[in-house]
Amino acid sequence: MLQGFLQIALMLAILVTIAPLLGRYMAQVFLGEKTWLDRVASPVERVVFAGSGVLDGRPMTGGQYIRAVLVSNLVMIVLVYAIFMLQGVLPLNPTGLKAPSWHLGLHTAISFVTNTDQQHYSGETTYSYFSQVGALGFLMFTSAATGIAVAIAFIRGLTGRPLGNFYTDLIVSLTRILLPISIVGAIALLIAGVPETFAAPAQTTTLEGATQFIARGPVAHFEVIKQLGENGGGFFGINSAHPFENPNNFSNLLETLLMLVIPAGLIFTYSIIAGNSKQGWLLFWMVFIVFAVFTVITAVGEYQGNPLVNQVLGNPQPNLEGKETRFGPFLTSLWAVATTGTMCGAVNGMHDSLMPTGGFMTLSNLFLQIVWGGQGTGTAYLFVYLILTVFLTGLMVGRTPEFLSRKIEKREIVLASAILLVHPIAILIPAAITLTFPETLAGISNPGFHGISQVVYEYASAAANNGSGFEGLGDATLWWNLSTSFSLLVGRYAPIVALIFLAAGMARKQTVPETVGTLRTDTTLFTGVTAGAILILGALTFLPVLALGPVAEAFNLG
Amino acid sequence: MTPATLPLNQPGGPRQQRKHTPKANMADLYQRAFADAFRKLSPRVMIKNPVMFVVWVSTLITALLTVNPNLFGLDTDGGAALYNGLITLILLFTLLFANFAEAVAEGRGKAQADALRSTKSDTVARRLQSDGSTEEVSSTSLRRGDRIKVIAGDMIPADGEVVDGVASVDESAITGESAPVLKEPGSDVASSVTGGTRIISDELILQVTSDPGKGFIDRMIALVEGAERSKTPNEIALTVLLAVLTLVFLIVVATLPPPANYVNSPVDITLLIALLVALIPTTIGGLLSAIGIAGMDRVAQFNVVATSGRAVEACGDINTLVLDKTGTITLGNRLAEEFIPVNGYSQTDVATAALAASVFDTTPEGKSIVRLAEKLGATVSFNKDKAEGVEFSARTRMSGTDLPDGGEIRKGAVDAIRGFVRSRGGQAPAELDQAFERVSRLGGTPLAVCQNSDIYGVIYLKDIIKPGIRERFDQLRRMGVRTVMLTGDNRITASVIAEEAGVDDFVAEATPEDKIQVIQAEQAQGKLVAMTGDGTNDAPALAQANVGVAMNSGTQAAKEAANMVDLDSDPTKLIDLVTIGKQLLITRGALTTFSLANDVAKYFAIIPAMFAATGIGALNVMGLSSPRTAVLSALIYNALIIPALIPLALKGIEFRPLTANQLLQRNILIYGLGGIIAPFIAIKVIDVGVSAVTNF
Repeated sequence: MLQGFLQIALMLAILVTIAPLLGRYMAQVFLGEKTWLDRVASPVERVVFAGSGVLDGRPMTGGQYIRAVLVSNLVMIVLVYAIFMLQGVLPLNPTGLKAPSWHLGLHTAISFVTNTDQQHYSGETTYSYFSQVGALGFLMFTSAATGIAVAIAFIRGLTGRPLGNFYTDLIVSLTRILLPISIVGAIALLIAGVPETFAAPAQTTTLEGATQFIARGPVAHFEVIKQLGENGGGFFGINSAHPFENPNNFSNLLETLLMLVIPAGLIFTYSIIAGNSKQGWLLFWMVFIVFAVFTVITAVGEYQGNPLVNQVLGNPQPNLEGKETRFGPFLTSLWAVATTGTMCGAVNGMHDSLMPTGGFMTLSNLFLQIVWGGQGTGTAYLFVYLILTVFLTGLMVGRTPEFLSRKIEKREIVLASAILLVHPIAILIPAAITLTFPETLAGISNPGFHGISQVVYEYASAAANNGSGFEGLGDATLWWNLSTSFSLLVGRYAPIVALIFLAAGMARKQTVPETVGTLRTDTTLFTGVTAGAILILGALTFLPVLALGPVAEAFNLG
Repeated sequence: MTPATLPLNQPGGPRQQRKHTPKANMADLYQRAFADAFRKLSPRVMIKNPVMFVVWVSTLITALLTVNPNLFGLDTDGGAALYNGLITLILLFTLLFANFAEAVAEGRGKAQADALRSTKSDTVARRLQSDGSTEEVSSTSLRRGDRIKVIAGDMIPADGEVVDGVASVDESAITGESAPVLKEPGSDVASSVTGGTRIISDELILQVTSDPGKGFIDRMIALVEGAERSKTPNEIALTVLLAVLTLVFLIVVATLPPPANYVNSPVDITLLIALLVALIPTTIGGLLSAIGIAGMDRVAQFNVVATSGRAVEACGDINTLVLDKTGTITLGNRLAEEFIPVNGYSQTDVATAALAASVFDTTPEGKSIVRLAEKLGATVSFNKDKAEGVEFSARTRMSGTDLPDGGEIRKGAVDAIRGFVRSRGGQAPAELDQAFERVSRLGGTPLAVCQNSDIYGVIYLKDIIKPGIRERFDQLRRMGVRTVMLTGDNRITASVIAEEAGVDDFVAEATPEDKIQVIQAEQAQGKLVAMTGDGTNDAPALAQANVGVAMNSGTQAAKEAANMVDLDSDPTKLIDLVTIGKQLLITRGALTTFSLANDVAKYFAIIPAMFAATGIGALNVMGLSSPRTAVLSALIYNALIIPALIPLALKGIEFRPLTANQLLQRNILIYGLGGIIAPFIAIKVIDVGVSAVTNF
């Protein structure tokens, strides 16, 4: 047990060290300051910018920015969908895979464009190397870069700057953040033993004399952006539990950190752009504490194991069902909380097999979306909660609430609270419809309370743009593909539209000078109140469904 | 009546003597509010409040379920009709309590309006014809620009400016101040009269300044009655947030049956409704409009008429207060304290010259100079009837007397006199500067006195800082409000007074145009500025300020430009207005926080009761006796908390001059943490009671 916690503590200590550094670097990139990467990146950018007609680099208004996001994303969906449908005749298809069903292809395209990577398929048996690398690999970069660009535009707006140019930010995110880290990370993974090849599956003869095909492919570079970009779509069906994706403890450490580092770093990026490092650290520690508590609860639950099983065994054993023994309960728990918290969605164990406590924590992560949160969007949600908290507490000190010296008025409240509505609409409503027809629609493998968790998790994962699955769900159906596509789109674009309008409005506001009557938002007290507000608002919305899922399951185990 | 006996703007003076605007008797008010609570159940009224409208619909559904428990095809066990009936009753009371809160708040305003309206009946007015004769017309036919004559005993039929005559007027109907006020033409403060007041001596010729129905009293009635009440910006934002939260909870509750059915723990409609009503923010939803109306009412009780709730709310946001020195920071009247001779003259010489310069000066300062000079034995040595007074003007900055022998005696600002003397070929001695400095350093106003080219000396006018004003400025500073003093005094005097009074900044030798510049400069930094004023030349600045408070004694122009009128003409009242504005916001924020925090306990009461069949009984941390009593207790708490908080909503949460962070700490402890804990205890207590009297 002690060793397990030490492993977790070591990982978190590394995170605390590198997140501020990356955050500072990202701030420099987006503030247009000189960085050590200029010499390599600038020539590349010049080529890209010169070769493209849309890149005039002029700052966009809120409406223009939103249009740019939506149009570029729509083009990508269409393009990728076409590749899927034509993969049978396209190159790099050594196993001769045919086009997937129309709705699976559509779901996959939407799922990867929205940075979710929810997979209703096994990669190795559904999509060709070309589809995986050319289509999905491409989207893994662009969807992550879209998230970063939106977050940066949001931060710029909040701090009174012009939003910037979406296309410029998108390219810069790629050339200066995602690509450099990916190149280094992919080499490290190669060294750790992850394959990178276009060769067809290896063919071996087993001891019994049977012929076995072992799937492989260009995994290493796919793996690194899968983690770094909070994508989570595995090359193989079982994702990072597969020994070719995540062979050992070193690769596991690297991949866990890759998931956490950009969302954690963006908090510092904000604090540098806003010029308030105290607030950056306070927010960082706030999220860090929630994250650590969630991790410990999950880990303890897994370590104590299933009471029913332990009764049969006669002595307590950790819950090892659905886990890779090379990672064990602790590293699997840390990964599970990290992947649901950051909206990465990659898994190194079966979430379906987590104890109810783990189910509760991972679901809570999906509901809250700020325990680091998605690539860029998570940081933005953090500020939406801050704005809502500022509104309530600001009134309580007797002034029109202000955040970053800008008044929070009706427009801000409309847009911020609209984001509160997204999850109930994209999760609870489709889950209720699915559970109304459990026989025909749900495809639940594990009836009872766990079945509710399976269904809700799937929609929560889609709406939060996480992409991990509780699994055990027969989800490659028309209903699942289309209904989760709805959750994916609403969960991604409704908040982005609201966030950009919010930021554009804030940027236009007259600033108000700070006095002793101004409520400071960079205090421990205010940060604590924000944490309370986040947890209470989240709990109020999702407690009933959590009570019927993991909570009831837990009580019925004990 | 002389101007000297006019009510002084002293703190502790008029405010304590003030007779409040008549209030309706409280029993009557509650009776009316009780009836209104039922009248407001009409769906057309309810729909204006989204939170309470959801409760209204819920009540209808549970009422139907009381009549027929199987209405929605669900099997219900015994006692369902009674149980549903109880829930219907509780929900109905929740609605009535909320309506009652609003009705009580409105009732207070209505009572005031009725009292005002009684002063306003059709009267006969004497309109002056162009040939000078008068014709009797109804007051409602008077138009702006008409000239009318009023004589002792008349009710003044419309707002107007005094054109001719001197008379005393009883304004107690609007100000509550019983001492009559002198009205005369020309002077800024004393020349405007308000319709509905009564002239008690002599007669006046007035020029009507408002059309019928648009007079001051009409505006006041409309405002206190709440007829024109529109929601303030913060109130709108809060309503949006509450509506969205209601929608969130509506989705949460509406999507609950499928998963519950899936695990064979179906919930009936009544339970779902109970959960919904418990979750949506009914506490703040029910009290929100009462808080707003009560805020306006508090302003009215301070004898201030606000033109909009927006202005009251803006008071809480004020960053800078721009204040006139005279009448606000210092007592209105400076008094002559000492004569300082120069040029070898004796004190008596200066006193004699000062007396000569002031015999025609009717200002309090002038009179005090006469008094001091006579005390020192000076006498008037010329024939007063043949001499001629020279009035003070802002341009010359001096006044005086032209003697029958052609001598010109002047007193005024030291540099103005210096210029005058030089123009007559004289020279100012160096002693003059010393005397000037000495008086300035004492915080007094130095006035030089001269005859023709000869300077006699300096009059030391002493300024008296109002007692207690320093503490009020300290309070404001702790609230984050900066004070800027404007004064016509020289820099040295201004700095001494500023220092003594504790203002943050001052503008010396200020002209009326400076006022507007100071305000604009502050606003350019994003600050909200409040100011008080009374003169016609204050009108542009009053309009420019975010909160402009005109004194009731001020001119019509000032009152039109301002967004509040202080009936007591007490400039320090702005400080109270800031407090009221803040109270309004604090009350809303605190009750919203309280309302949301309450949901935690309600969840712990209702969720275990709702899903008792799933074995999550351990969540019943309050140990409520049965699922049904748990739900009833939560709803009873939900209903009772509204009337329990009505007094707080009407009175407003006390504002203490603390920093924002200290305030947050305090209020989050009381209303946040308290809001989480209190209902756990209250629901448990109610449950003990409910399970004792029912057999659920």
